[in-house]
Amino acid sequence: MTESGETISQRVEEVYRTESRRILATLIRLLGDFDLAEEALQNAFAAAVVAWPRDGLPQNPRAWLVSAGRFKAVDMLRRRTRLDAAQNELARSLESRAADEAELPELEDDRLRLIFVCCHPALPPDAQIALTLREVCGLTTEEIARAFLVSPPTVAQRIVRAKNKVRDAKIPYEVPALAELHERLEIVLHVIYLIFNEGYSASSGESLTRSDLALEAIRLARLLLALLPQPDSEAIGLLALMLLQQSRQAARTSADGELVLLADQDRSLWNRDQIKEGVALVWKALAMQNVGTYTLQAAIAAIHAESTSSAATDWNEITGLYDLLKEVDPSPVVELNRAVAIAMRDGDEAGLGLIDRLLASGDLDDYALAHAGRAELLRRLGRNEEARRSYERALRLMGQEPERRFIGRRLRELESPDALRGS
Amino acid sequence: MKYLCLVYTEEAKLEALSDKEFEQLDRDSLAYDSEMREVGHFLVAHALQSVDAATTLRVRKNKLSATDGPFAETKEQLCGFVLIKAKDLNEAIRVAARIPSARVGSVEVRPVRELAENEPWDKRG
Repeated sequence: MTESGETISQRVEEVYRTESRRILATLIRLLGDFDLAEEALQNAFAAAVVAWPRDGLPQNPRAWLVSAGRFKAVDMLRRRTRLDAAQNELARSLESRAADEAELPELEDDRLRLIFVCCHPALPPDAQIALTLREVCGLTTEEIARAFLVSPPTVAQRIVRAKNKVRDAKIPYEVPALAELHERLEIVLHVIYLIFNEGYSASSGESLTRSDLALEAIRLARLLLALLPQPDSEAIGLLALMLLQQSRQAARTSADGELVLLADQDRSLWNRDQIKEGVALVWKALAMQNVGTYTLQAAIAAIHAESTSSAATDWNEITGLYDLLKEVDPSPVVELNRAVAIAMRDGDEAGLGLIDRLLASGDLDDYALAHAGRAELLRRLGRNEEARRSYERALRLMGQEPERRFIGRRLRELESPDALRGS
Repeated sequence: MKYLCLVYTEEAKLEALSDKEFEQLDRDSLAYDSEMREVGHFLVAHALQSVDAATTLRVRKNKLSATDGPFAETKEQLCGFVLIKAKDLNEAIRVAARIPSARVGSVEVRPVRELAENEPWDKRG
């Protein structure tokens, strides 16, 4: 053997970093049990640490580990004192199948299967998120808890309940059939976007960005695109949208942690590489059939990304994209964003009229940004007293500290017009 | 695996159906029963009479109490059930999604907890 023991143990670590999630996905398929697979994975690597320096690096480390994991699982099943019939049968069938290489091309499919199991519609959304981050991304329970501002036991409980449901209701380990793929993919994309949003704009608390989670979501979207049997325009659109939003990350908050609105951001801080990749993906997605909500939102973000200032932005095109979005994915929030774009295109009065009509419908009563948007337009129109009331309304509804401070700043400006003139 | 598909609807909605629509729903349900039977998913299915005809029983300290109606006032009531055989939840969802009453109400798909003794229809195949 030419490689020293030390390089080999480095190699084991490297394989663990790059391959352990893939191997886990395959073991879950073979064993049909998340916890058994996790334990088998750890045991397989423990065996590698001993065997590889002694016997040399196997030709196909991944295959070696899958096979070792399977035999470890058989041992574990045997050792369990109360072997029930089902486990006995599983142990026997695992043992009878040799480590056939033929299974290995399925490794990548296994990761895709795992994503669809974790995002199964029979699981509640918070469990889908926790299970995906735990099993697909390999985050620890503690990391997930910290990111979502909940206690580790809460996350652990969500994961355990979800795993139990997978087992008890017999959720199969499969990529959905073509007829169902679209609907099921929608859920996967939604889970990824929820993870991104949780990282991009924490729903409550001090910190406005928990970028690790946003980056994890981007990684996940890339993985999904690489694994899908055929390209999906919305999966591409979602990746584009996240990249374009993430590109503004450095400009979204000032040095002292204050929120900076899009119009006031220093655009030289925007990440050009992410914009370039995002814009290219938008074009790719737009050229495909079935343009959906993520692609349209990404197209809007792309226009912002390529404009040198708010004034130089093509608000007409943005309004047009919101019109399309309203068709594809109608919601009061889309209407609100469209009203803001119209305010930029046709003037504040026009936008205000639309927002007032939206608020009158009652759907956005509890949506802080609707009141903040209304207040902003009133302020620009010099209707300070009404602006103050809307800002106060928004403030009562807001959870995030930086956003609350932003509104607080605006309110103080309205109370002392001198300060406003001075600035 | 066996899955019990519990069909819930608002009884008011069922009552609002015209006679023709109601008969059509019955015919569709029977037709779907036979379709499921042919491909081996079907075990047993029944539509239920209105909750007005229901009685709820409790036995506490060996004492029986019987009360009128379902145990909880809910918007949707159990109006029928289908017990099916499926290889996993995805297959069960595919089968349950085509239960005709799902178009009027909702279907809860519940995996059956197998007890030691098998039900008689298991022995038939």
